[in-house]
Amino acid sequence: MPSLHFLANPARFRRFCARVLPALSVVTALAVAVGLYWALVIAPPDYQQGETVRIMFIHVPSATIAMGGYVLLAVLGGSLLVWRHPLAALMARATAPVGATFTAVGLITGSLWGRPMWGTWWVWDARLTSFLLLFFLYLGHIALSRAYDDADRGDRAAAILALVGAINVPIIKFSVDWWNTLHQPASIMRLGGPSIHPTLLYPLLWMMATFALLFVLLVLLRTDTEIDRRRLEAAELAA
Amino acid sequence: MNYAVFIWSAYGATAVALGGLVLLSFVARRRVRRELSARGLDRPREQRAGTSR
Amino acid sequence: MTAGAALFLRDLRLVLRRPGDVVVVLAFFVVATTLFPLGIGPEQNLLARIAGGVLWSAALFAALLSLERLFASDHEDGALDLLLLAPGALELAVLAKCAAHWIVTGLPLAVLAPLLGVAFGLDGRSLAAVALTLLVGTPTLSLIGGLAAALTLGARKSGALLALLALPLCVPTLIFGTGAIEAVATGEGFTVHIAILAALALMAVATLPWAMAAALRQAGE
Repeated sequence: MPSLHFLANPARFRRFCARVLPALSVVTALAVAVGLYWALVIAPPDYQQGETVRIMFIHVPSATIAMGGYVLLAVLGGSLLVWRHPLAALMARATAPVGATFTAVGLITGSLWGRPMWGTWWVWDARLTSFLLLFFLYLGHIALSRAYDDADRGDRAAAILALVGAINVPIIKFSVDWWNTLHQPASIMRLGGPSIHPTLLYPLLWMMATFALLFVLLVLLRTDTEIDRRRLEAAELAA
Repeated sequence: MNYAVFIWSAYGATAVALGGLVLLSFVARRRVRRELSARGLDRPREQRAGTSR
Repeated sequence: MTAGAALFLRDLRLVLRRPGDVVVVLAFFVVATTLFPLGIGPEQNLLARIAGGVLWSAALFAALLSLERLFASDHEDGALDLLLLAPGALELAVLAKCAAHWIVTGLPLAVLAPLLGVAFGLDGRSLAAVALTLLVGTPTLSLIGGLAAALTLGARKSGALLALLALPLCVPTLIFGTGAIEAVATGEGFTVHIAILAALALMAVATLPWAMAAALRQAGE
């Protein structure tokens, strides 16, 4: 694909970032501001859940992005192992902490939503357990990639881990269908369309887009830094 | 039950976590860039002709 | 004799040459398991309910203990490099190694666990469930642990890192293993759980040797 190969060159990627990041930062900040106002002020309380439905506007997007982030890690891992894509290792290093943070946010907001709504901070059902596993898989990726003096070895070992652990993502997604869980079943991506009322659906979709922008911003920013960091390390070795 | 506590805690934790990550990421980038320019490595190679490698 | 069988027997012989290593793992299992009744108290109902979880968790930790050395000794004395250059499939060699590991850890654990289960007050059917679930589930643990060992070969803090990588991947096996024992205790069938454990084992055999081989090739470079 021409567009991917265009960005595969680290120098081109850095120029891309230099052009895109400032604008992206502004757009993301605006999206966050609008999203917060919409979620906290404009959106009406749910007739069943009351005001706590507002937690949904941060819990669902962060959990979705957390899972998507791991899919990205797996794709990057595959690119690294199969095509030796030069940027894949650096982007994976940049992405893992971001994904871990989104997962932590998903866990915390889920817990804070669960306590008033379903009476419990935590339950060991399939969805929550597999989502917690996602967090540990991220931590493992972060630790493994940095466990070797030879950064290449760490990157490639982490790539294998990312591919093996990818099976967890469909498990998280379908766990609410396969098992009786306390966590509610899918209400957006289902046959027959979303089951949420538009006044709650639209701010949710906006927040999903906002979190996606935030994710992209963080990954681009951190990948840019990783490129610089590698150059620094190479210079230190040569010195 | 006072739902506000849960809602504000959730938004607060998210703001701290994600906002903190954004902040740290910008700071780290600035730090690495400063380090690179201190070594004179931030200019493209052609312009570095004559400086020690 | 096929290459795989030859490798398997060689690994088995190597491990059995140092029976102390095997005994340590089993001793750890016994000690760790018996800590629970000592710590929690002799209330029979409580012990019977947690027995499945305790036995499975202890088995998991015991299996992890022995994994760090799985590839390390070959890596140190250069045998791993020879293996990487060998014409046969590395995946087969890896599978043989994990099989040998299972014979000296998973299999004895599956035999030992019901004996310890008696101390927890489990009845005959539950004891059989303990043995069967461990028998079917521990091969998966050996394979996952083998992958973690291959990924962390030569890494800093490899012991803790190995556990960090292996434990999350072992959780599904753990859940269905203990779930099966609970199902027997409440009188429901455990065939579904055993079937899923078997499926997990088959998936592990079908995928992990390739991941392990890839990891070992990186270690050899």
